[in-house]
Amino acid sequence: MTTLARSATSRPRSLRVPDWALPWASVVGVLVLFDLLPRIGVLPRDHFPPISEMLSTLVEQLGEASFWEAVGNTLQGWALGLAIAAALAIPIGIVIGSSRILYRAMRAVIEFLRPIPSVALIPLAILIYGTGLESKVFLAAFASFWQLLVATLYGVQDVDPVATDTARSFGFSRIQRLFRVTLPSAIPYIATGLRIASAVSLILTVTAELVIGSAGLGRSINVARSGGNEELMYALIITTGILGVLLNTIFVRAERRVLRWHPSQRPGEAAQ
Amino acid sequence: MTRRQRLLATGLEVTVPLLLLVIWGLWSSGSSTYYFPPLTDILSTFADTWLFERVGSDVVPSLVRMGLGFGIAVVVAISAGLLLGLSPRARRAAAPIVEFLRAIPPPALLPFAILVIGVGNSMKVFIIAFVCIWPILLNTIDGVTGVDPTLRDTTRVYGVSKRDRLWRVMLPAASPQIFAGMRTSLSLALILMVISEMVASTNGIGYFVLQSQRTFAIPEMWSGILLLGILGYTLNGAFVLIERRVLRWHRGARASALS
Repeated sequence: MTTLARSATSRPRSLRVPDWALPWASVVGVLVLFDLLPRIGVLPRDHFPPISEMLSTLVEQLGEASFWEAVGNTLQGWALGLAIAAALAIPIGIVIGSSRILYRAMRAVIEFLRPIPSVALIPLAILIYGTGLESKVFLAAFASFWQLLVATLYGVQDVDPVATDTARSFGFSRIQRLFRVTLPSAIPYIATGLRIASAVSLILTVTAELVIGSAGLGRSINVARSGGNEELMYALIITTGILGVLLNTIFVRAERRVLRWHPSQRPGEAAQ
Repeated sequence: MTRRQRLLATGLEVTVPLLLLVIWGLWSSGSSTYYFPPLTDILSTFADTWLFERVGSDVVPSLVRMGLGFGIAVVVAISAGLLLGLSPRARRAAAPIVEFLRAIPPPALLPFAILVIGVGNSMKVFIIAFVCIWPILLNTIDGVTGVDPTLRDTTRVYGVSKRDRLWRVMLPAASPQIFAGMRTSLSLALILMVISEMVASTNGIGYFVLQSQRTFAIPEMWSGILLLGILGYTLNGAFVLIERRVLRWHRGARASALS
């Protein structure tokens, strides 16, 4: 009882930030902090301009055609890379995953190729595809392919054997089993794989722009840095962050919509 | 699977990779394409370059950068993850900032790091650590919040001290998740090591590969790519072994709970 009384008096309710306001309070706090630190000289101002200046540069950029062109170039690389990866990885994953023999035969190959850092292929991409869009798409597709392939494989293999056996004993054909049993139960895995692959594709697109110099946000960031335009550099970095958050949100929303029927999306059952 | 099928599967698992290697070797042996030199050329260049001439000058600096960055990330992320995992209010407050920093494609931070820290080793270590933090941090938070509430309450009721609760209950219970995060981060560390060396460095494997391409030393470039592949595969394999050892109790506990 004493502890209750003490906690009630030592922390008056009116001074506590309510729970719903906490995220907002911390965002405002960080913004104010990093606006003030360069102004009072704690952070070197020529390397780290106040946040308000970065944000005003970002707002100015919203009116520039070159800014939207860079965003468009990056999104193009991201979308093409992800689409090619999906078009290859999902069918291949389904085929390999549905046959135990085939899976065992390919397992060592996949396990060896998967951890190879895709950035190691940057020089090869430059040699074969040059410094344009193709290099970017090749790298993004290669990197996202493995994420999606492994997710699809897991999904196809995680099908409840009772469901498959039931379908088989009810005389479902192989094709019917694929579309009625295997695919629906693999879709949550594929959806998660797609979300991760989307992030990977964006990362590789920006990397290619930065290292190879294909047009896009990555190159613009590098150009802004070497041109000594710090505000622009930070504004563009913030843009890539916003892009990352947006794409992730879109995928989470879409997943929730498409998989409304699936237990992992139902309220009350914790989604892993 | 029947016995015969199992035998066939094991046989295929060994022969298919070998077969692919042989096909690559045969296909490239007659190749006059400049960009795809014969496999035998690549292998002999590999032996010349990496055994062990460039180990001291390129491989060791690369691995040191990676190890330092990864180590810093592990320490920072687990401590921060425990703090955030134990306090719902801190978690709520930190969520938007973590979500935003995590969403920035890591290479986009390279110019920032070069500008603020310079092009030296500390820049590479910083960028590797910065990127590796997020998967470990989020997994630690998930692991800590996912600890069985009954277990939590029981230890509290039995008067286990706060410190013991943290070290002997929370941390072990969260460790399977923490390891999953560390595994993701390990491959990120390798990727960021390569990128940071490609963008600004005077040694390291990433620098070597890009430099070989720029000087059209194609077999050298391929040998570097091969080395990175072997490195990625070995690191992943070594990590899985360590994880299995450290988490042996967990696998045992799960197996007995399931049976």
